Amino acid sequence: MTVHQLISLLVENKPGALMRVAGVLTSRGYNIESLTVARTLDPTLSAMTIVAQVGEQGRDLLIKQISRLVNVIKAVDLTDSRAVRRELALIKVYVEGDKRSSLLREAEIFRARVVDASPKAYTLEVTGSPDKLNALIGLLHAYGPIEMVRSGAMAMARAKQNKLPVPRYSEAYLSEP
Amino acid sequence: MATLSGAQILIESLAREGAEFVFGYPGGVTLPVYDVLYSHPLRHVLVRHEQNAAFAAQGYARATGKAGVCMATSGPGATNLTTGLVDALMDSIPVVAITGQVPQALIGRDAFQEADTFGISRSATKHNYLVKDIGELAQTIHEAFYIATSGRPGPVLVDITKDVLIAAGPYSGTQRMEPLRGYRLKCEPDEESVERAVEFLWNADRPYIYAGGGVISSGASAELVRCSELLEAPLAHTVMGLGAMPTGHPNFISMLGMHGSYAANMGVTECDALVGIGVRFDDRVTGRLDRFAPNAKVLHVDIDAAEINKNRRADVGVVGDAKAVLRRLNARLEETRATLGRERRGARLAWMERIRRMKREHPFVYDRSGGDIKPQALMEKLDAISGGEAIVTVDVGQHQMWAAQYLRFNRPRLWQSSSGLGSMGFGVPAAVGAKFACPDRTVISIVGDGGFMMSMPELGTIATNRLPVKIIVMNNNTLGMVRQWQELFYDKRYSEVAIESFPDASLLAAAFGISGGSVTQPDDLDAALEHAFAEPGPYLLNVQVTPEECVYPMVPAGGAVDEMILQPDAEPAEAVVGD
Repeated sequence: MTVHQLISLLVENKPGALMRVAGVLTSRGYNIESLTVARTLDPTLSAMTIVAQVGEQGRDLLIKQISRLVNVIKAVDLTDSRAVRRELALIKVYVEGDKRSSLLREAEIFRARVVDASPKAYTLEVTGSPDKLNALIGLLHAYGPIEMVRSGAMAMARAKQNKLPVPRYSEAYLSEP
Repeated sequence: MATLSGAQILIESLAREGAEFVFGYPGGVTLPVYDVLYSHPLRHVLVRHEQNAAFAAQGYARATGKAGVCMATSGPGATNLTTGLVDALMDSIPVVAITGQVPQALIGRDAFQEADTFGISRSATKHNYLVKDIGELAQTIHEAFYIATSGRPGPVLVDITKDVLIAAGPYSGTQRMEPLRGYRLKCEPDEESVERAVEFLWNADRPYIYAGGGVISSGASAELVRCSELLEAPLAHTVMGLGAMPTGHPNFISMLGMHGSYAANMGVTECDALVGIGVRFDDRVTGRLDRFAPNAKVLHVDIDAAEINKNRRADVGVVGDAKAVLRRLNARLEETRATLGRERRGARLAWMERIRRMKREHPFVYDRSGGDIKPQALMEKLDAISGGEAIVTVDVGQHQMWAAQYLRFNRPRLWQSSSGLGSMGFGVPAAVGAKFACPDRTVISIVGDGGFMMSMPELGTIATNRLPVKIIVMNNNTLGMVRQWQELFYDKRYSEVAIESFPDASLLAAAFGISGGSVTQPDDLDAALEHAFAEPGPYLLNVQVTPEECVYPMVPAGGAVDEMILQPDAEPAEAVVGD
């Protein structure tokens, strides 16, 4: 049985770090559903969120095998935790005529913002849980052809449950590109 | 601060790390390094194939515990190293591999002899680097040695672009390694887990210790023996653990697993407390996992937290260096022996007696009849020559298992076997590295005819350096272990296992300028071996053995270890639990 495992980790911001982490998953034949990575307040560290289809038996082992990588500060499994999960999507809907105003009303329910408009299409930006995004997409595609880019899930453990070290803000944060 | 070239910084940093030998093969992008080596005291050993550079570096590392160093050029040089690196990764052997890379300006343009060494070696190493800045070179070399030799040892590859090797940069020779933020070592065990382990051990009626390569790499043999003596518990070893306890120790019950001893396999099936130290519950040990040690609770000691619960759930897991853990454990066992240890001592002694009886009644046996040399007889004779003191390097297959069964080892770091990856062609180059490491010790390389053909070019290295290595080819004219499986599980359909056209050993040796010979008759074997070992230089002895022999006992792949086949046409043994 496979599950969608949600892994949050802190890695050194060094060449090859992403390859090493991804390699632990891919060498086992696990499919990575999404992976986001960006530097933290300490620019020498990056925070990564991975969602992967993993055998239920292998979850604990996977965390330990990622944790032992030399560049990995720590990895935690947030699958069963009440972590905050968010994802951003840009959705372009091709819609003309009467349906345009009704689309905007529905987008409003999901707090999706219009970030680009043309006579033939709207581009919406929406943030939310992956489930919320899925629900919106289900509605929008009834209006016409859609195009979409999703960021992949980002997760942050709740304050009391956080097991990752907290990177400290450094002046270098602003000076680096 | 001196200004040196990248190539000089590399060699000075290797020397500063205590490297004695570099096993390597030059090429286009490593020319600057070889120019430095031309007049540097650091000894370079020119092998005949890069794969053998990695194996020779392992031979050095396995014999000494220090990191072995190998070097190759970009492209094919680096890709040829790969098997030797994966091999070191599987067996947790410290190796530092240096590879040249095409100049940065050419990377990604499919330059001549360009390969993505950094990407290719990612899964072949414990850690790897691509150095593109001369300012990071010395630090990187020091990190590589530190990572290779600390914690769970393993191979580390440093890929260096040619422009870095040529560039000039400052070198102080006093660089300190920056702390590695993501690399945490946990050598000392938690006090609480040690206490749980003590309780676990004294609560057992039938304790059983299963020791592996982790004991060797941590140098914990004395502590392991002491632990077994304090508990009065039998001790079996993995193929990596051979030598951790002297073979002659009364608690020693040989190897467990696929070709393990009767006592070791029945013992693990019957025990109620299984103590794994520096082991990884490999499938060749456990056979069918759900039938492995079915009556036992498990105490697992390993320096790598990812090993605990990987294959077999541990009731007590202790993360730490085997030596540190065993020291703490032994101290607590001694303190509690007269109190907690007394309660079940009667049961433990009866269990030990039962195991010793199994060991007496079911030694490794073979059919001594027939007109050919029996491979097991060859191993017995080599054992007599070694007396438990020679370094023995082996390849992979039947001869490896017979050597593990029949040869004694009085101490660790004498036995060298490609155990996890199972690479044929390991034995001869490993012997090269071992002999450089230990020039005063007898080094015997026992190989099969198949594996020998893979490593034959190293006769050149052996001849050039007049390395007095004794190569004993156990020649059954067949890929024996594959043939054994075809005999037992594929209806005797012997597909592509005959090794024909094996060269005449004395002519082959002579062609390299060394001594060699062949022996085919049992009556001539003693004299042939005596001659081989009396020769002051290297010797290649081809021993023609009976081709039909199979390795027993044998647990069929996926079978339970107590269902081992003890001898040809025999019914599987049955364990009597709780007898």
